[in-house]
Amino acid sequence: CDQTFLAVLFGPCDKCSKEKPLRAVYIKSEQLSYCSLCVEMVHFVDHIPPGDITDEQGDVPGQSFAAGLSNPQLFAVHQVAERVESLGQFVMKTRRTLKGHGNKVLCMDWCKDKRRIVSSSQDGKVIVWDSFTTNKEHAVTMPCTWVMACAYAPSGCAIACGGLDNKCSVYPLTFDKNENMAAKKKSVAMHTNYLSACSFTNSDMQILTASGDGTCALWDVESGQLLQSFHGHGADVLCLDLAPSETGNTFVSGGCDKKAMVWDMRSGQCIQSFETHDSDINSVRYYPSGDAFASGSDDATCRLYDLRADREVAIYSKESIIFGASSVDFSLSGRLLFAGYNDYTINVWDVLKGSRVSILFGHENRVSTLRVSPDGTAFCSGSWDHTLRVRA
Amino acid sequence: QMERMIVSMQDPDMGIKMRNQRLLITVIPHAMTGNDIVEWLIQKYGISEEESLHLGNLIVKHGYIYPLRDPRSLVLRADESPYRFQTPYFWTSTKWPATELDYAIYLAKKNIRKQGDLIEHEKDNYNLLHKRINHTWDFVVMQAREQLRTSHCLRTGRAAKQRRKGDRIVIDCQEQAYWLVNRPPPGAPNVLEQGPERRNCHTTRVQLTKNMDYYKREIEYCRKAMARSRVKSSICLEGYIKFNEQYVPHDPIMSGCLPSNPWITDDTTYWAMNAPTVPTPTKLRVERWGFNFSELLNDPLGRAQLLDFLKKEFSAENLSFWEACEELRYGEQSRIPEIVDSIYQQFLAPGATRWVNIDSKTM
Repeated sequence: CDQTFLAVLFGPCDKCSKEKPLRAVYIKSEQLSYCSLCVEMVHFVDHIPPGDITDEQGDVPGQSFAAGLSNPQLFAVHQVAERVESLGQFVMKTRRTLKGHGNKVLCMDWCKDKRRIVSSSQDGKVIVWDSFTTNKEHAVTMPCTWVMACAYAPSGCAIACGGLDNKCSVYPLTFDKNENMAAKKKSVAMHTNYLSACSFTNSDMQILTASGDGTCALWDVESGQLLQSFHGHGADVLCLDLAPSETGNTFVSGGCDKKAMVWDMRSGQCIQSFETHDSDINSVRYYPSGDAFASGSDDATCRLYDLRADREVAIYSKESIIFGASSVDFSLSGRLLFAGYNDYTINVWDVLKGSRVSILFGHENRVSTLRVSPDGTAFCSGSWDHTLRVRA
Repeated sequence: QMERMIVSMQDPDMGIKMRNQRLLITVIPHAMTGNDIVEWLIQKYGISEEESLHLGNLIVKHGYIYPLRDPRSLVLRADESPYRFQTPYFWTSTKWPATELDYAIYLAKKNIRKQGDLIEHEKDNYNLLHKRINHTWDFVVMQAREQLRTSHCLRTGRAAKQRRKGDRIVIDCQEQAYWLVNRPPPGAPNVLEQGPERRNCHTTRVQLTKNMDYYKREIEYCRKAMARSRVKSSICLEGYIKFNEQYVPHDPIMSGCLPSNPWITDDTTYWAMNAPTVPTPTKLRVERWGFNFSELLNDPLGRAQLLDFLKKEFSAENLSFWEACEELRYGEQSRIPEIVDSIYQQFLAPGATRWVNIDSKTM
C-alpha cells in the first residue's frame, strides 16, 4: 500500500547528504534521519530484513516495496474476486484441424479478418490458411529451418517471419498465381542470433522483433532501417507483445533471464521489470485493458503482473502440472487465460479466481503456440505434432 | 520436476503400494499395476481420470516407469498390467549421452540372446552401427558376451530359480525401456527432443559490460522506479473486475454470440453482421463504443459516425488531423518529411484549408 508520511525535518540526509524532507528511522536501535529515497534503498540494496528498521510509529517503512515481494498477505487477485461468480463447466471442442505442415509447428498468428492464419514450422515452411475452410492459400519456403516467429500484417496484405537465419523477412501476399512469393521478399531485421518473435505495430510499415542475442528492435519495413533498439535483457529474449492501442507506445518482452521487461518504444528505455519466475519465460501477453500482462514459463506456472501496482498479482499453477507453459493468451474479456503446455495439453484458467476451469487434450506432442482470434470467437493452437487446431 | 513426482510416488507411506506381481508364472517383486498408478495420481492431485491417464502416460514415455508385460511399447494401461519404477541410474535427467557404443553393446547382447531375431529397426540399426564402428566391433561383442555371462550366472546355479528369473526380466525390461526412450523406433515421437539451444544467465552470450554507463543507467532506472507512483493493488484488482463485467457479454467464448459462433455451426452470419462496414451495426457493437473513446475510434463504423457528428459541429478537421498524425507515427520512414509538410500545409499553417484550433501555447 502506498504510504505518505509526515515530514518533520528538512535537511541533509544522514546517508546521501542531500537536502530533502527527512524521516526518522531506527536501525538496530540507532536513530538516524534518512530521506525517503534512502529509506527505500536501505531495504533493497543493503538487504536489511524489514523487521530491523522501524520508524517512529513502529511501522516498517517501505513495506510496499520490499514486503510486497515476499509477503503473501498482500492482495492477490483471488481475494478481491471472491464475490465474482465461479464459471461453470466449459465445453470447447476442436472445430478445425489444419494438416499440411511436414514438421513441428512453431508459431502462428491470426489475420484481422478473423479467419486467416499464418503458421511456420521447423522445416522452413510458412503457410497462410483460411482456417474456416481449411484451405491453404499461400506457402513459402524459407531458406532456414526452425522458423520460430511469424506475424500477419494488420492490413492482411503481408506476412513476416524469421528464425535461425537471424533475420526477419516480410513477404507481400499476392493472389496472382504466377508470381513467386519468394521473389518479392524483403529482408527487414538483422540480428546477431536467432529471431524468436516478431510483431507488426499498428501499421504494415513498422515491425518489432525479439532475438536470441538478448535485444529487441523496431524496424522500418520499407527501408530496413533500425528505428530503435532495446537492450537490457541478460539472456535470450523469447517473446514480446505490444500494448493494446489504448495505452500505446509500450511493449513487454520476456526472456531466458527470467525477467519480463516493459519498454517505452520511443526512448528505448526499460520502464519496469518483473523477476519472479523460476525459469525461462516463454510467452507474454497483455491483458485486454492494457493494465496488466500474463506470462508463461518453463517453471510450469503462469503469472499475472499488474503494471500500475508494479507487482505480480496472481500465480496460475497446479501440482499436477509439471511441464512448462509455452504460450499464453487471454479471451476477449480477459476472464479466461488459455495456456499451452509442453505436456501436450491446454489449460484454461479463470483469471480472476486463480483456478483452473478446464483442461483440453487433443495434441500428440507439445503445444508450441496459442492465439485467440481477433474477435474472440475461437482460439488456435499449433503443436509439434505438425497440426494446428481451432477450438471454440 | 517429473522426478519429484516419481519420488513421492515411491514413498513407502504415501506412495503407491507395491506388491509382488505375477507376470505369467514368474513373481516380480516391487511392482504395481497400471490401475494403481492412475488411482494414486487421481487421489494425490485431485485430477480427473483422463488427466491422470495422460500424465501417467507421459511419465512412462519418458522412461521413469516401465511396463513388464509387452515392454516394447511405453504406454500406461489402466488395468492389471504390472509396472515398475526405473532405477535412477537410467533417469533421463542424468543426461548421459547414450552413446553409440553403449547402444551397439545392447544390440549385440540382444542379438546373441535371441540368436539373430531382432525387430526390424533394431536390425537396421545393428547393421548400420556394425559398419560405422567396425574397428571396435570386437570390443563390442566381447562386452556383450561379458554382460550376458554375468546375468547368466543369475540363471544357473542354486535354488530359487524363479526369483532369479524375475530379476532377469526386470533387468531386461529396464534396459529395454531406457533404449526405447533414447533410440525411439521410427515413427514414434522422440520425447527427448528439444528446440534450438537457449542460453540462460549462466551461459549467456549477452555482454552486459558493467562499466560506469551501465551503473549510471541502473541508478537512473531505480530512481525513476521509486519516484513512480504505485496504485494500491486492491484498486487495480477492482479495475479488473469492472473491466470483466463490462466486457464479458461481448466475449463470444464466455457468453456465446448471436446468431451463432461461426466455428461451431459453420454459419458465417455472425461475421457478416459484424463486418467492418455494414449499414446497421449490432446493438452489442454500439454498446461497446460507449466503453471508451478508443473503442469508438478503432471501429471503422464508429469512426465514421464520429466523423458525421463532427461535421455537424464544424470540427471534422480535428479527426482528420489526428488520422494524419497517426499515419506519420506508424508510417514509412522515408516519407516522413513529405507527410510532415503536408500536415503542416493542411492543418497548421495560418489560413490553412482545414485549420485546426490549437491554443497559442502549443503553437
